[in-house]
Amino acid sequence: MAHIPVEAHLPGITGLLEYRKDTAQPIRELTQILLRGPSTLTEGERELIATVVSNGNKCKFCTAAHTAAADLYLGDKETCEMVKTDISSAPVSEKMKALLIIADKVREGGKLVTTAHIEKAKAEGATDLEIHDTVLIAALFCLYNKYVDGLGTALPEEAGYFDVLADRLINHGYMRLPQGYDHLKKTN
Amino acid sequence: MAHIKLDNELPGIRGLMAYRPEMAEPLNALAEVLLRDDNNTLTRGERELIGAYVSYLNDCFFCQNVHGALAGHYLKCDIDEVEQIKQDFQSAEISPKIKALLSIAGSVQKGGKQVTAGQIENAKGAGATDIEIHDTVLIAASFCMFNRYVDGLGTWAPQDKQFYVERAPRRAEEGYKSSVYR
Repeated sequence: MAHIPVEAHLPGITGLLEYRKDTAQPIRELTQILLRGPSTLTEGERELIATVVSNGNKCKFCTAAHTAAADLYLGDKETCEMVKTDISSAPVSEKMKALLIIADKVREGGKLVTTAHIEKAKAEGATDLEIHDTVLIAALFCLYNKYVDGLGTALPEEAGYFDVLADRLINHGYMRLPQGYDHLKKTN
Repeated sequence: MAHIKLDNELPGIRGLMAYRPEMAEPLNALAEVLLRDDNNTLTRGERELIGAYVSYLNDCFFCQNVHGALAGHYLKCDIDEVEQIKQDFQSAEISPKIKALLSIAGSVQKGGKQVTAGQIENAKGAGATDIEIHDTVLIAASFCMFNRYVDGLGTWAPQDKQFYVERAPRRAEEGYKSSVYR
């Protein structure tokens, strides 16, 4: 059970974003622009960064949600699974590997990103903007993971929950649905 | 020197915000609502103290001095006193409620799962409301983001702590939404 009273039908981050909508708004806007805005990184690549960080922080809700979103964008389940297991042997570009390693260092601590990590990413073709966005996505997911677990939020009861959530993240993005989330309440 | 070419000389997060203003906007909006909005039962000083303490734990020089100076400005104490609170808040002359909330913030910095039911009970016993606990966790988590953004891109920071003290009154007055990167 969560440490604060969130609505029972809204697990993980979803209950927190509804609990305090005024703090949720800028977090949603930042996520929307970082993960869905114009970028030379694909949506799938950016979801992979979110997944690697959430997985490293052992945040079950965020890892499952962004794995499901990355899988849909990438069109397979193997890539994300391999990235979570071992970045260096995963079937992604050398540039993505270098960026994912930077993201994982940011997760551990900002100062752990070295000039060598940055040089490697640049040598593989990463632009300054891509490096910037990678660092900020990784930092943002540290916020999410600590927020979700720090308030002890619940995981969903149904395994199919994350497929529905991923569909929403892909078709509607990260902004609040205009009609809210009451339609997710169980009717029985 | 920063890891990427920012095309400006601004220190810390200000250089990053000038580089990517479209992302600065929600980042500043988050800081404004969390730290400065007056519709909050935690004072601005208490909230800045949480930000400064988490930045201290993350060893982020720029953030802990910006927000330490702001905490000092609001709480009317000097930087040495703020420094003492950061290093040992349990012996500081602050309320039991703020001590309990700083303890939760410290656990969030280590990892969300480190926050225990006992810490939450302790905070509630000291008079903390659910929203105050929520805001404490979100402020701590937000500073884990800000600190990583600032240090992960290798930004520079003025080393003279007086620099931060002198800027604090203006930031307190103008807030985060206006002119952060000017």
